[in-house]
Amino acid sequence: MKQLRAKYASVLIVFTCTVMSAALADQRIVVQSTTSTKNSGLYHYILPLVKRDTGVTVHVVAVGTGAAIKNAMNCDGDVLLVHSRKREDKFVAEGYAKQRHDIMYNDYVIVGPQSDPAGIADLRNAATAFNKIAATKSTFVSRGDMSGTHSKEGALWHAASVLPDTSSAKWYRQTGSGMGATLNIAAGMAGYTLTDRATWTSFGNKADLDILVEGDKNLFNPYGVMLVSKDKCPTVNTKSGQAFIDWLLSDTGQTAISAFRVDDKQLFFAHAQQ
Amino acid sequence: MDFYCESLYQAFSLIISADAELAEVFWLSVKVSLTALLIACALGLPLGAFLAVHRFSGRGMLIGFINTLMGMPPVVIGLIVYLHLSRSGPLGWMGLLYTPTAMIIAQVILITPIIAALSCQIVEDLHEDYRDLFASLCVPSHVAILSYIYDARYSLLTVVLAGFGRAVSEVGAVIVVGGNIDHLTRVMTTTIALETSKGELEMALALGLILMVKALFINACGQRIKTTAQAKAYV
Amino acid sequence: MSDIAAQRLVPIDVDGLCVTAHNRLLLAELNCRIGAEGITVLMGPNGAGKSLFLRCLHGLIPPQSGRIEFAGCQLDQSIIKRQSFIFQAPTVLRRTVYENLAFVARLRPEISADETDRLLTEMRLNHLTKQPARLLSGGEKQRLAMARALLTAPNLLLMDETTANLDPASVQIIEASLRTAAANGLKIIIVTHNIGQARRLAHDVLFLNAGQLTEHTPAELFFTNPRSAAASAYMRGELTTTG
Repeated sequence: MKQLRAKYASVLIVFTCTVMSAALADQRIVVQSTTSTKNSGLYHYILPLVKRDTGVTVHVVAVGTGAAIKNAMNCDGDVLLVHSRKREDKFVAEGYAKQRHDIMYNDYVIVGPQSDPAGIADLRNAATAFNKIAATKSTFVSRGDMSGTHSKEGALWHAASVLPDTSSAKWYRQTGSGMGATLNIAAGMAGYTLTDRATWTSFGNKADLDILVEGDKNLFNPYGVMLVSKDKCPTVNTKSGQAFIDWLLSDTGQTAISAFRVDDKQLFFAHAQQ
Repeated sequence: MDFYCESLYQAFSLIISADAELAEVFWLSVKVSLTALLIACALGLPLGAFLAVHRFSGRGMLIGFINTLMGMPPVVIGLIVYLHLSRSGPLGWMGLLYTPTAMIIAQVILITPIIAALSCQIVEDLHEDYRDLFASLCVPSHVAILSYIYDARYSLLTVVLAGFGRAVSEVGAVIVVGGNIDHLTRVMTTTIALETSKGELEMALALGLILMVKALFINACGQRIKTTAQAKAYV
Repeated sequence: MSDIAAQRLVPIDVDGLCVTAHNRLLLAELNCRIGAEGITVLMGPNGAGKSLFLRCLHGLIPPQSGRIEFAGCQLDQSIIKRQSFIFQAPTVLRRTVYENLAFVARLRPEISADETDRLLTEMRLNHLTKQPARLLSGGEKQRLAMARALLTAPNLLLMDETTANLDPASVQIIEASLRTAAANGLKIIIVTHNIGQARRLAHDVLFLNAGQLTEHTPAELFFTNPRSAAASAYMRGELTTTG
């Protein structure tokens, strides 16, 4: 009896090992993601939990939303996690993903020098603030990189009926870089810029910048997640990618997102529509 | 000046605490760049020696091409490698994008021209000296090329160090093809870029200082070997 | 050894040899037959074309026209391999003395290790084997070049002012070795300005002036009674310019 049990155990061990090693090979996914989620440290916090609960190893490539979508269209990612609703819908409409899921939101804030030359502090309306910045020709630092933040900024300029272009180049500066690099430049030039709250809160080089405008419903910043379609990209790891998305949308995942804090501030608000 | 003190302090505390993540990033940097260096030497040294020794039509064009590649911005090389390794690119089926292998490929393309161009220069000088002797002894071409590399080895060491320096300090190419993925393709330079974008400037500089110390150490070793060789008149 | 390898490379027949460079005729219609016996000495003022002629014999410079035949055979790779050439400026590899010879030995598998040791002793280099060759004195370097030249057991040895600037001891070692080799049947052609050395070694003398062969006579005749005016002026130390 004892012998039989030992035999059974050894078979079980071998079997488990085989299954595990086979599973390991396709339990890795690449997530094309926006920078804000990575720079804020969110992934650092949730990925070990994802690994624990689903066994999936997530490799995050953090680039601007524009580049992330482009990379995903090139089939260089299994999952896309970005924040630019219009382009996400286009991504789905063109068949690169079957479905888009809301997972969380945070908000954008307008930061600027404490001296506030445009006098926008405590305004409740982002468009008005932009209008004042343009009117006083105060330095504004733009991402200029087709990221989610950049397209949000464009929408706000549109709402303010201001069209910054080359003629406004004296005060309107496009960095063509990520949020962090743009914040470094804004700090250096004592200029205004639009940033997501998560990146801002965890940003280490604030210099004399401060949040001047927040709370406008136009500054709402929802994040969406999509599984890249197997029809467009046959190499997509659907199983593990879906497991990752399911985890994000599950109660565990949503609780974890809300529990992530920097300097005791909550950066992302769970927002799945189950 | 506080800035430097703070960074120095961070660099020291990182090293002394033997930070596991730093160690991982550091060794991946060394592994990727050394592998790239090895491959680039295997390609670049014989190519440089060949170009130094042989006169053929198209040689000028080839040297011009190599010199152009030498001046190519790393990010462009990264982009070209990305376009090839991307799933939608011609080599996409290999699944190499966002792996250390992709970073090695990019670095090989980056430093092979440097090694070839500089070694061509060095071997040309030696060739002046040896040419008649090798012609007289009817030394076969491949033996001649290997002999040039062997006899110029101490001078070529500088070239190899230059190549390694370029590989290990480069960020533009590896961040595009590697993706700066935590625990997979994150190396020293991409970490510095990340910390900078997070606004953690002291931390970024601390990592930069560690990178500098590494470069200093490698160059000191190279210089040491070269001085010994000079004393023995092998150069 | 095959029959071809055993064959000698003499007599050497030179027929209408011309070399030009930058529109200057450096060797003009050279005709001669160099015989099998002893050491042939090439003499003539600087720029006369002696080194050039020697290099043509070794295939280092292709002639514009004319033929060179070694015992009736055209110059080719196999003939070059059976010659050895010692350059005016001693060329040594950036390696040890022993490695300089070992390099040649690796190229020619037929060379035995004993032969390497024997030549190192003959050239009085056996105490220097582990020294970097570049640190040797001029005389030692040239003796190393001599050992390297003899290592391949050539059928023809060509030397281009090899002993210029060497101390008497090194000259003596090299000359002794040349005499032994010549006595054993090795054909040697040397270029030298040293009239004393030419007298000591020459079996016959080729005198070149301004790219032309002005005379080819047995040594005893050349030194006592040169036929050409140029040769006698050269030996009196009066012929300095070349055309």
